[in-house]
Amino acid sequence: MKIDRRSFLSFVIGGAAGTALTPLPWKLTDDLSIWSQNWPWTPVPEGGEVTYVNSTCTLCPGGCGITVRKVEERVVKIEGMAGHPVNDGGICPLGLAGPQLLYGPYRVRTPLKRVGQRGQHQWAPISWEAALDEVTGKLTELRTKNEPQGLACITGDGRGTVYHLLARFLTAYGTPNLISAASAADTQGQALGRLTGIEGPVGHDLENSTYVLSFGAGLLEGWGTPARVFKANSARVDHGGKLIQVEARLSNTAAKADKWLPITPGSEADLALGLAAVIVSESLYKTDLIDDQNNGWDAFKAMLAETYNPEKVSGRTGLDKSIIVALAREFAKAEKPLAVCGRGRGQTPGSLAEALAVASLNALVGSIGRAGGLWTVAPETDTGWPEVETDAVATTAMAKGRIDGAAAQSPDRLHRFAPAVIEAKPYPLQMLLVVEANPYYGLADSQSVKTAWEKIPYIVSMSSFMDETAQNADLVLPLHTYLERYEDVAGSAGFTRPYIGLVRPAAKPQCDSLHPGDVILKLAKALGDSVAAAFAWDDYDTCLEETLGDKWQVLKEQGYWVDENFQPPGSDGAFKTASGRLDFAAVAAKNEPVALQGEEGAFPLVLIPYDSMRLAGNAIESPPFLAKTVENTVLKGHESFVEINPKTAQKLGVGEGARAELATPRGKAVVRVHLYDGIRPDVVAIARNLGHTGNGQYKFLAGKGVNANTLIAPVEDPVSGLDAAWGIRAKISRI
Amino acid sequence: MSTDESKAHEVAGSSHSPESEAKNGVAGTVILFFILGLAASLVVGWIVFPKLLYSQKNQPFSFNHAIHLDQVDDGCASCHSFRDDGTFTGIPKLDSCVGCHEDVQGDTEDEKIFVEQYVQKQREVPWLVYAKQPPCVFFSHAAHVKMGKMDCVTCHGHIGTSTHSRVYEQNRITGLSRDIWGKSIAGFKENSWDRMKMDDCAQCHAVNQVGVRRGDLKDPVSSHFLETVQMLFPTSYNDYKGTSVQTEKDGCFVCHK
Repeated sequence: MKIDRRSFLSFVIGGAAGTALTPLPWKLTDDLSIWSQNWPWTPVPEGGEVTYVNSTCTLCPGGCGITVRKVEERVVKIEGMAGHPVNDGGICPLGLAGPQLLYGPYRVRTPLKRVGQRGQHQWAPISWEAALDEVTGKLTELRTKNEPQGLACITGDGRGTVYHLLARFLTAYGTPNLISAASAADTQGQALGRLTGIEGPVGHDLENSTYVLSFGAGLLEGWGTPARVFKANSARVDHGGKLIQVEARLSNTAAKADKWLPITPGSEADLALGLAAVIVSESLYKTDLIDDQNNGWDAFKAMLAETYNPEKVSGRTGLDKSIIVALAREFAKAEKPLAVCGRGRGQTPGSLAEALAVASLNALVGSIGRAGGLWTVAPETDTGWPEVETDAVATTAMAKGRIDGAAAQSPDRLHRFAPAVIEAKPYPLQMLLVVEANPYYGLADSQSVKTAWEKIPYIVSMSSFMDETAQNADLVLPLHTYLERYEDVAGSAGFTRPYIGLVRPAAKPQCDSLHPGDVILKLAKALGDSVAAAFAWDDYDTCLEETLGDKWQVLKEQGYWVDENFQPPGSDGAFKTASGRLDFAAVAAKNEPVALQGEEGAFPLVLIPYDSMRLAGNAIESPPFLAKTVENTVLKGHESFVEINPKTAQKLGVGEGARAELATPRGKAVVRVHLYDGIRPDVVAIARNLGHTGNGQYKFLAGKGVNANTLIAPVEDPVSGLDAAWGIRAKISRI
Repeated sequence: MSTDESKAHEVAGSSHSPESEAKNGVAGTVILFFILGLAASLVVGWIVFPKLLYSQKNQPFSFNHAIHLDQVDDGCASCHSFRDDGTFTGIPKLDSCVGCHEDVQGDTEDEKIFVEQYVQKQREVPWLVYAKQPPCVFFSHAAHVKMGKMDCVTCHGHIGTSTHSRVYEQNRITGLSRDIWGKSIAGFKENSWDRMKMDDCAQCHAVNQVGVRRGDLKDPVSSHFLETVQMLFPTSYNDYKGTSVQTEKDGCFVCHK
């Protein structure tokens, strides 16, 4: 028998015929189809009991109600809480991505002590006991030297019981340097306060307004409480209301507005007062709320007539005179007009002059204290705690003033932190405690921040995440995230009523972390004496329950508390001014808009950093759900894009996608060009919240794009003392 | 006539020539190898392949259903119950067991493993679930047990009277239990619980005429299931056309996630 090619082929054919008579091909096909429909590497939540926890989101100042969906112990989804007074079921992309923050690899899993150079990301895990001993040792050393004011604390949130505990701890310890970041809400509060005599956060009744005139407010870019503002915007569209967007760049808000007015950036206050001038000259203003017997009113009228007549304003804003007059008439005659300001998301405080101009516009049309308008919402600041009894060391140190120069009751001036540390004035800073904030990344003028950082001998970061500040600290203390702890959120940005949201644990702590309140209480106990005596509670949860008092039960039951009996100040026509009516004296005072940094000759363009719903703000790095939605005209690979008007690009000789150097007086960066008709020829823009420099675990946006803070710098408003910068002069060169 | 042609003629005229025998030998070899190939593939397909396809795994410890069933009042539902929201609990959690098994009961090795390794350490038992469908399948126990009044045995067989846990045969490709395809590699079944493939669901729905008309059905799951059945057994019902213009059927996503 000869085995040849023919034999082999017949064996194969016999095999094929036999195989067809077995289940093998059919079974394999079936199994492979099941396999390919259920890729084993695709995560599938375990089955189990589905439960829901009602809580409050703390990822932005909005304080939205959230419903956390769990399967057994695993958080699988976050939804907006239905029926919640702030967001009523709505939720933003960042809120949705919350589970990724809880389970992400960028959590700090255990207390870490630096072993390499700062920023090298070399750590030794240590126990909580050792970590707190180390901090207590450093704190005791400062107090022993009678220099407790050498400690500063930067915190991400200036509200709620944790903030009050921190403030109490620092007061008892002996340092006035508790600094939180001011925002546009502070400037708006100051501005409205000068007209009404009532200072505090401002609530905007966007839901009931029929005509919204926005001076650069990014209503669809994350302004106020995004979930609420988006809903209000949709309601306005449904009801036939109007939105006019005044902004140098065609943002999403401008694109969705009924009218977009791309004015010369920085002339927003001029336009607001220009509109006011038309309203006053044509007697279109509501007289019932205005104190027209006061000298302030006459001065205001005179100022408007002299400086802000339509011709002059037309020159400064670049808008045609007829547009200004028509807009003023339309605004004044609208049923419920509302003017808002606070650029982009409103993270930067901005110019007080601008906020005052916009507030006065609201005052003229009678929108203060009226439905569809705006009013001050007094925050719940009284904790009911007894006064802190400071010892001699603390009392002496507290009198030495703050390093940021802010006076009591005035908003903190975080932008002064870096210069104060570098100059060691009024005294050198010896220790920095950062609580749930990321100033190393988020403060403008990154180079100065870096220099300041090098001058601080000891830095502790209390954070849930390995952000840039944690990476450049000497000790990192991991905190529970908002999904693992109790807390109160006192107030919702831009909301119209006093509000408290209760943050409730939806999951067990995933790391060896602690509640920030408990860290403060433990440190106080360890320091002993008068510091320990200032705290009567054993743990934070007890403190929270006692502090909230009779509101606790309501909060436990429904997850939030709202003052149902709240009457907007001014709704009865009475304000806390001398006359009881709106006082225009402050608006009439000379409040020049703040000039931009940089010489126009060397830097012919104006750079504006812009906000986007697709990129999270300072202290939170965008989780993957969010980061993946960023367009490739904003970020491509590892490169940021700068938006340039095609005409400007043609002059510079750069085309779409070309690499160019973007330089400002504070820094420079290589970016790619995106030609955009929606931006004025004299303006260029880059996205904020890119360019994270994380290494190691913190990798989703690390090394991607440019951090706008490396290019911009604060400009202090001479009146409010807050950072008023909204951009910086810049130039673009081919490379 | 050429030389080649005369040779060809000779061959054709004489069937017993040596060349003819050689040809017969080649044909025999070809047939032999065909049969060998056929036989080998049949052996591989019917015997070797099933053994290669499935790995054998033991449960963490053996569970005696019979003992438990004797001691409860409500049959299977005593342990395999529905939650308030209508979802099915499946295999009970440790909490359901600790009431009796806080300490070792009896003297079996399995009981000792359970109490010492799981109850005392508060670890859930990582049972290998014979009836687990792939993640892309949505199946509602409530629709079948509560509304359809079906007996557990119909799908799960007489597991309630078992005294030990069977070996879990895991499909190396899909990771699922052999119970889904059925013990018979050819897919034959004698009992309703022998297989748990989509055809079996559809067959049962067709045979039992579950919800004969769409209008009679109140819950959307059964209503849509009817359409799946209709797709697989087009002659079953002729009184309904689905919403899809292309297929005249409704969504696959009722059962397929």
